[in-house]
Amino acid sequence: MTDTDKRVIRLDNVSKSFGNFQALKGVSFDINHGQKVVVCGPSGSGKSTMIRCINRLEEHDGGSITVNGVELTDDMANILAVRREVGMVFQQFNLFPHLTVLDNLTLGPMRSRGADKQQAQGTAMEYLERVRIPDQANKYPSQLSGGQQQRVAIARSLCMKPKIMLFDEPTSALDPEMIKEVLDVMIELAEEGMTMIVVTHEMGFAKTVADTMIFMDHGEIVEVAPPSEFFSSPRSERTQLFLSQILSH
Amino acid sequence: MSVNRKALFRYWKVSQQSRVVATLQYLVFMASLVWVVVHGANQMGYQWQWYNIPEYFYKVFEGEIYPGRLIKGLGVTVDLTLWCVGFTLLTGLITALLRMSDSISGRWLSTIYLELVRNTPLLVQLYLFYFVFSPIFGIDRFWTGVICLTFYEGSFVAEIIRSGVQSVERGQWEAGDSIGLTRWDNYRYIVIPQAIPIMLPPLTGQIINLIKHSSIVSVIAVADLTTEGRNIIADTFMSFEIWFTVAGIYLVLTLSLSMFVTWLENRTRVRT
Repeated sequence: MTDTDKRVIRLDNVSKSFGNFQALKGVSFDINHGQKVVVCGPSGSGKSTMIRCINRLEEHDGGSITVNGVELTDDMANILAVRREVGMVFQQFNLFPHLTVLDNLTLGPMRSRGADKQQAQGTAMEYLERVRIPDQANKYPSQLSGGQQQRVAIARSLCMKPKIMLFDEPTSALDPEMIKEVLDVMIELAEEGMTMIVVTHEMGFAKTVADTMIFMDHGEIVEVAPPSEFFSSPRSERTQLFLSQILSH
Repeated sequence: MSVNRKALFRYWKVSQQSRVVATLQYLVFMASLVWVVVHGANQMGYQWQWYNIPEYFYKVFEGEIYPGRLIKGLGVTVDLTLWCVGFTLLTGLITALLRMSDSISGRWLSTIYLELVRNTPLLVQLYLFYFVFSPIFGIDRFWTGVICLTFYEGSFVAEIIRSGVQSVERGQWEAGDSIGLTRWDNYRYIVIPQAIPIMLPPLTGQIINLIKHSSIVSVIAVADLTTEGRNIIADTFMSFEIWFTVAGIYLVLTLSLSMFVTWLENRTRVRT
């Protein structure tokens, strides 16, 4: 297999502004199939913006993004094609409050993958078991704890059988005692070989799972390194400062 | 739970007391109002003929019951209102979607429509439709009324729908996008179902307004409840009795609608 075959995401000189604020200043990197990338950096550094650009929740205004061989442009068909292959887990879960857990999980496969109801429900139950809450299938999201809701959100993404999973600070809105149950699910997913990009401050998780660490600051990628190197001997001063701040306590 | 229940009970007791006081105030006020009207009418020598009113509700002829003129008028009002409700929701929805769309001409079109309608008097709009557009397009009185009221109320409904849709969190849209839903599916399965409970109370208010505003078609002689009232008065000079009765009928209509919607809201709220 050549290098180009393995590459599933390619960002080339991507920039993005919100009004006068430049959130991304020419970000470039490649991600290979099966790679697990953890992105960290201070708030406002552009980490969320970057991964939101990958499934076009934000529109980049310079450079190019290619996902799974499809370049993201204004073409809606392309955007939908990319979104079907890219799962996203949000900080605030964003479950559909008016639908049961099961309906949350079957909506995507039925509407955008064209699965029939029985098939979609079968897949949904399978993934609910994987995230260990099959007994909650007929409840509404508001009846679940935060940790359970986030696991449902992960299952909802997985039901689309994505090739890539994006996590945007998946544990930041959780009570401390619920963080582990969500991280455990994510670790399992990583062990199964899923390609993942995770924006998180959970450095323990990063050390266990990541094969690449990306540190961002002020809309730029400052440092890319394997975790062993990243945590023990960061090259850039900004990385050192950031790590000393979050690891000191 | 128990603390909650105690607080609830206290609230209930207080609200119970204030409800008694409020009811008393209301009764005293209404009694004096009735007294003023009756006394004033007697002073000017008005002859009350309430006994003549029932025949305008129903007539018995050769053992069969026929609707009276007020009921026929009510029928026209209800008919008019129902057509308007349907068309108004449609107009409102289309306008709101255009206003939120990416199309510049769509946004312009809807904005011009909204500004035009909301900044001219309803009566003038009705005259415009009746004297200008209906002769040109050959539309009869009833449909002129329907079109004019739809045009007017549609602008308010558009804003209600827009604010309802926009009150659904952005994260919901994004979650829909992230599982590959099209914009249309996002509206249909995620946004609209969540916006409807939010829109229901103001929409009810708007439909009640529609019922009340429908009386304006009496100026173009559509035979609605208000027109029938006017005609009966022209024949009989019972203006006091008839206007009280007409107002009462409108009141029954609007109050029963809002009671129905309250019931509906309570039903849909159970889930959360």
